[in-house]
Amino acid sequence: MAGGDLYGVFIEVSIEDAVASDAAIAAKLEEVCPVDIFAVVDGKATVVAENTDECVLCGLCIEAAPSGGVTVRKLYDDTILE
Amino acid sequence: MRFYEFESRKIVELAGIPVTEYGFCKTADEAKAAAERIGGPVVVKSQVLTGGRMKAGGVKFADSPEEAAALAEEILQLEINGHIPRGVLVDPKAQVKQEYYAGVVWDGTAKRPLMLFSDMGGIDIEEVAEKHPDHVGRGHVSNLLPISDYEAKKVIAATGVTGSQLNRATPVLARLARLFRDNDMTLAEINPLAELEDGSFVALDAHMEMEDEAKGRQKRLLEGELSIEPEDTREPYEPSEFERSVKAIDSADHRGVIQGKDHGFEGNLGLVIGAGGGSLTLTDAVRSQGGKPANYSEIGGNPSVAKACGLAKEVLGKEGVEKIAVMMSIVSNTRVDIVARGVIKACLELDKDPAETIAIFRIPGAWEEEGFKILDKYGVEYCDRSVSMWEAAGRAVAKIQGAEA
Repeated sequence: MAGGDLYGVFIEVSIEDAVASDAAIAAKLEEVCPVDIFAVVDGKATVVAENTDECVLCGLCIEAAPSGGVTVRKLYDDTILE
Repeated sequence: MRFYEFESRKIVELAGIPVTEYGFCKTADEAKAAAERIGGPVVVKSQVLTGGRMKAGGVKFADSPEEAAALAEEILQLEINGHIPRGVLVDPKAQVKQEYYAGVVWDGTAKRPLMLFSDMGGIDIEEVAEKHPDHVGRGHVSNLLPISDYEAKKVIAATGVTGSQLNRATPVLARLARLFRDNDMTLAEINPLAELEDGSFVALDAHMEMEDEAKGRQKRLLEGELSIEPEDTREPYEPSEFERSVKAIDSADHRGVIQGKDHGFEGNLGLVIGAGGGSLTLTDAVRSQGGKPANYSEIGGNPSVAKACGLAKEVLGKEGVEKIAVMMSIVSNTRVDIVARGVIKACLELDKDPAETIAIFRIPGAWEEEGFKILDKYGVEYCDRSVSMWEAAGRAVAKIQGAEA
């Protein structure tokens, strides 16, 4: 099939550096996300770009991190998931 | 799951119902050997999962093994209604005194098996039931309790059959009912059930269908007795590249379900459709309003964005497809926004404008407001449940016909 795969078309996910570096929170983020948007690499939470558009807007990652630690932006209406 | 006649014959035989000696053959030489073993005139029958064999030349009579071989050679290469024969069945040309019908069907209303018997066999039971209702006996059997011969006897006696014929036909119908239940059949029929000149009863032809969901627990019969491979889909044709690709996408991701078929479809409107019978309804709605579907599909069970995207890309990749219609009945667990993301992503990944490519998006249900925000962003025409499936299909057809003009 022609055409390349696109990531992050609808959802953008970012993690504050301090939060990403916290091993306990990183592990929690990896555990709670139902669509594997987070992965722990070298003890640090990273965003798996190819999975961001699978985000189901459940907000579990936001609850798992300290306030403002994780941001989920809906690119189609430019709002942030609370 | 449908069975070939030679398999049905085996199933009947395993249940203890008498059958004539027969041979399933894949080559002319095997047919010759089978005819020699049987002795006397034989009938050579194409093994296809479709009706109309006799009319299409798939059933022929031979007086010698050599003639049986020649006919088998011919029949093995004869395509019937698009079906290539799995082989031929060589049967003796039985001397029949009278033909009967014995069958068991699943009665969806009563939720129990229904035994049927007629003293007018060899023709369609539906025709007999319509023209000679007094020649059809009926009786339900339990899903749990043992099935007695007496229950079968009552059904047969209702058609006026008495005496020796009644006594000989009774165990046949009772065993058929037991095999139906034991093997999770949805249909088990013997037509004709023949009374031979010596008064014995034999099954001359049988037709069996098993509930698809039961295949797992019927492995002993399917793989053990009948040697049917688990991957035998019983499809009458080789799956197309589109069908194989859609199946591969579905298998690779456990989330949701997609299916795609394009055998016999050559239109320009791709269909990404589904939900609660929606696929059939929507395909009909497109066709009834002059549209030409490029495919049939089913999507549901809350698929991932990747899965919805994968299906839409495969549909859009089909030759001749100009637009797609994304339509479903009302969804409960499938999320509208997820499907919207998937189909829009498919367009973007193929460098197509979603607003131009998606003729209509009609999926009412869970998370539809979020879905509508996405569709708004990309300028895709959508509608909610206030627009019927028929009307949505009509809009898609009008749009693609406008595009053609």
